[in-house]
Amino acid sequence: MTSSESAPVTGPAGPARSWTAYLRSRAVAALPPEKLLPDRQPAYVASWVYVFGVLTIAAFLLALASGTVIALEGPQWYHGSSIGLFFNSLHLWSVELFFFFMVIHLWATFFMAAWRGRRGLTWVLGALSFLASVGTAFTGYLVQSNFDSQWIATQAKDGLNSVGIGAWFNVLDMGQMLLFHVLLLPVALAALIAGHLILVRRRGVVPPFPAAGASVPDPGVVAPAERRSGGASS
Amino acid sequence: MTGTPTRRRWASRRADPAAQEWAGDTREFDLVKELLVALVVVGVLCVALAGLFSSPDDRPITVARWAKAAPGDFVATAVTELDGTSRTASYGPPYNSFPGAGQELGPLPLQRWGGVRARVDTAQDFVLRPLREVPADPVLTGALSEWSSAPAAVQMEWATAYGDAVAKAPGGDPGAVAPGDYGPVPLLMTRLLGLGQTGALDGLLVSQDRFYATDYTKPLLFLADGTYLEDTARAQNLGGDQWGMMNETGSWPGQAWLWLYTFWYQVKPFSTSDNADALVWGLMAVLSLVFVCLPFIPGLRSLPRHLGVHRLIWRQHYRQVEGPKRPAES
Repeated sequence: MTSSESAPVTGPAGPARSWTAYLRSRAVAALPPEKLLPDRQPAYVASWVYVFGVLTIAAFLLALASGTVIALEGPQWYHGSSIGLFFNSLHLWSVELFFFFMVIHLWATFFMAAWRGRRGLTWVLGALSFLASVGTAFTGYLVQSNFDSQWIATQAKDGLNSVGIGAWFNVLDMGQMLLFHVLLLPVALAALIAGHLILVRRRGVVPPFPAAGASVPDPGVVAPAERRSGGASS
Repeated sequence: MTGTPTRRRWASRRADPAAQEWAGDTREFDLVKELLVALVVVGVLCVALAGLFSSPDDRPITVARWAKAAPGDFVATAVTELDGTSRTASYGPPYNSFPGAGQELGPLPLQRWGGVRARVDTAQDFVLRPLREVPADPVLTGALSEWSSAPAAVQMEWATAYGDAVAKAPGGDPGAVAPGDYGPVPLLMTRLLGLGQTGALDGLLVSQDRFYATDYTKPLLFLADGTYLEDTARAQNLGGDQWGMMNETGSWPGQAWLWLYTFWYQVKPFSTSDNADALVWGLMAVLSLVFVCLPFIPGLRSLPRHLGVHRLIWRQHYRQVEGPKRPAES
């Protein structure tokens, strides 16, 4: 065997041509590591109201974790077991807190008009996450398999049937609702939340509205020409 | 302005200060630490709330419980299932194609467009088929034959007369019904009540033609046609006109996030309309669309700037940019 035969085959240095390399380069360009996991934030991100975003994520993760434990034992577990009832209670309260934190986060982002500066899709995914959360929680109430779920199902069927949805989404079918609750809707919700978070990291936190009649220029707003000439400082 | 609309749009985006990379002051931020602290705080809060308040778990109402607790209501409901006058029998899609049934959203008959995909024949599914499963009861077999061989008009006369008689009986007691020409209906009802009280009907309504069953459409529709389920719910403030969809049994918080959906059912014209559900769902669909598309709706997207709450959120930033406030002029 000659040395040339045993040597690793390498191509010339240059732009990567494989699909994988293309995807990686696009992903890194869109969301470089320092943006994905930042260790600095703009100074204006200095209000307690920002905490409610991460609290919502924490409550969502706890709802997933408690729901996973209930799923391991089965939907009848908590009716006859004190430990099962405790985990069901954890699931209930994590969902209540999830909505509480999410609604505050939602109002805060509304008051900040957080869709400004090409952040419209971030808002859209957040709003869709809220609607998907309502659906996920609703199916959760349907699969409690107690009196409340019986009553909610018999009432809700009229709304869904009235617009023709009940023929495909039958709230009286426990099996269908259980699968929606433990698989389809959580996967959709997790995907929406992930998309929302990626966009938040990519676009950054929306800056304040320009101050009216400011005595000094807004330090963060840099005109494109000034930016090109290197006039901005951090 | 010159250039194509697309170029003008991109130029406008580049000029939008909110779209620019932030080049002002920054501060330290630990994303991972913040998430872990949030997980611990919310976890402790959840454990405390779960330990202190637990969660609701009222036992479900079985057909057996209904038949024992309210035999009059059970029989009165079963008669309407038999003669096709119950709520389910005249519901329309997706359970049956009752003439004229189904809500409409303006000119759109959305309920009928959904089609009949979960067919329910109340007489057969709730009464006759379960009774045919009863073994070794020649009297019942004879009554079933008499019923099925009678013309539809006669069946209706028997069932209607018996239903009226049960309603007039003291306390609605099926055992105290005045004598009359009811054909085999009293016997059918007595046997169905017995089947219900033993719990056999619970299984028969769910497991028709199959072993594994997860679809509770039929027993829930049967229960909902009676008044026992609703009376129990109303006693817990769960009725539709009691903001029921967002309430929970006992004192636990329910689906408070459904407040707006529930709200419409409390006010006219929704509270008095035959198409209330379709109207509320249509309205909520429009409002949801507005909510999702808010950033793209002129006027609404500019509202936060005028509300001024952002000045509270970013008060430190504005204090820095605008400088100290001048004393008020006298």
